[in-house]
Amino acid sequence: MTKLTDLTIAAALNGLNKGEFTSAELTRDHIGAVENARALNAFIVETPELAMEQATASDERRKSGRVGLLEGIPIAMKDLFCTKGVQTTAASKILKGFTPTYESTVSQNMLDQGMVMLGKVSLDEFAMGSANITSGYGNVISPWRANGDDKQRIPGGSSGGSSAAVSARIAMGATGTDTGGSIRQPASVTGIVGIKPTYGRCSRWGVVAFASSLDQAGPLARSVEDCAIMLQAMAGWDQKDSTSVNMPVPDFKAVLGQSIKGLKVGIPKEYRVDGMAPEIDKMWQQGIDWLKDAGAEIVDISLPHTKYALATYYILAPAECSSNLARYDGMRYGNRVEGKDLNETYELTRAAGFGDEVQRRILMGTYVLSAGYYDAYYLKAQKIRALIARDFTEAYKQVDVILTPTTPGSAFVIGEKQDDPLKMYLEDVFTVPVNLAGLPGMSLPAMLDDKGLPLGLQLIGRPFDEETLFKVGSVLEKAAGFTAKPDMGWVNAK
Amino acid sequence: MDKQTVLKVAKLARLKIDDERAEVLAADLGGIFKWIEQLNEVDTNGVEPMTSVGGQKAFRRPDVVTDGNKQAEIMRNAPDSAEGFFVVPKVVE
Repeated sequence: MTKLTDLTIAAALNGLNKGEFTSAELTRDHIGAVENARALNAFIVETPELAMEQATASDERRKSGRVGLLEGIPIAMKDLFCTKGVQTTAASKILKGFTPTYESTVSQNMLDQGMVMLGKVSLDEFAMGSANITSGYGNVISPWRANGDDKQRIPGGSSGGSSAAVSARIAMGATGTDTGGSIRQPASVTGIVGIKPTYGRCSRWGVVAFASSLDQAGPLARSVEDCAIMLQAMAGWDQKDSTSVNMPVPDFKAVLGQSIKGLKVGIPKEYRVDGMAPEIDKMWQQGIDWLKDAGAEIVDISLPHTKYALATYYILAPAECSSNLARYDGMRYGNRVEGKDLNETYELTRAAGFGDEVQRRILMGTYVLSAGYYDAYYLKAQKIRALIARDFTEAYKQVDVILTPTTPGSAFVIGEKQDDPLKMYLEDVFTVPVNLAGLPGMSLPAMLDDKGLPLGLQLIGRPFDEETLFKVGSVLEKAAGFTAKPDMGWVNAK
Repeated sequence: MDKQTVLKVAKLARLKIDDERAEVLAADLGGIFKWIEQLNEVDTNGVEPMTSVGGQKAFRRPDVVTDGNKQAEIMRNAPDSAEGFFVVPKVVE
């Protein structure tokens, strides 16, 4: 029999429904898998007792005929979602010990649909990073290794605990958040599926804020269908978030397997960037061929402001970060370092509590918002953001969906790209424009590169048209037939 | 970007940064802002700044109390508190 931890969410729901196993059994196996995979450092807090309680309660509900969308499914929660009674840190030392007295809307929605929570998974501190090496609780290690070397590789970031846990089969799915690629890039480099929905589709209430005009929650899982199931449970209007959008959430699963004959797929020429690995180009062409074979029409398009997206992002995101993180002053919650007066207490508290990358971004943001620089940087970036968004609006007059690579390369070795922050920022060159425009984007595994590491394709949709992403995603998933998984030998040996 | 600018911005951001770290940050941030200068190539004359995605109108609800009586919950994570108040360093002499 297949191990329960190898099942997709869809298959597990089916097995639970038929009575082949209980949520308690499914959850127990996952708790064991989590314990055996501590070498990954994916979890900041494991909640096995809570998970078993929730699983037992789920089995009872199922008996009485109440079955939610995620009924009895063990999930890992990114430690950016506030969870009532369970420590929430945003992977920052400044929040060590912080235990929310409330539940984020997204995690509450999932609990209402029967989720079992395995624990809180790590991330880059305050979701700022692309390699999960800025966490205040240690690096997360990808379960993937290249052929013939045993170097530790990045699980991507910022949702690196999520991607490591799901690809290592120690959680069936995980929540993520995506400000500049933090769901799609980790999904891509670990061979799993992730979707950042349209800005406004999921509530941000109770999610620790990084850059409020860009942040959006979404799922990471091992199939397109599993992502559809999870997003269905997570999404929806919330009165507590004025940027969440009051419109019905469609039945995402209903479009899976539908024909894409005649669908117009845009290929933006600006995404062929200098220094892109030749294999990325090959994978992209393969994706184009798969869609052609399925009857889609391929259209060359131009998104002329693409090359300015990253620089624009690195003004806007730090600006928003610097004002969002002003709340961490050691007065009402979080850790405090006493100084000789109030100002010094603030300064010492924040210097001790925030890591290097977070401090760097706070300084960048404070600088671009400071008197004399606001127009030259912040206002300029907001205008270019408008142009980037307009590029997409123009493109969607010609095409229904856009296909690109997710990342410029496969997972790199921990320690690489750390000498220069710009090298790390380039990791998000294909994902950042999507956040600036507020669009939905999905990454799904396409193939392994010659090192045996996963590469992902990205689909970008019209606002609130996640359905097309799921539809095209399921076609690509079938064509790719990606079944590779990491060899867990080294993880479990420790 | 020089050390003095970094120290000034750090003061505005309420971050204690020593001279040595300020030197490193000046180089880092200098590199980043040099790279950001490419944005000056873009003609943004007449372009309206984008301040939010979607531009939906804020919804209205009846002006009634929907939440409250949570003093204990709000205080629970305070680093220092007394009798339902946050205790902070002395501000006024």
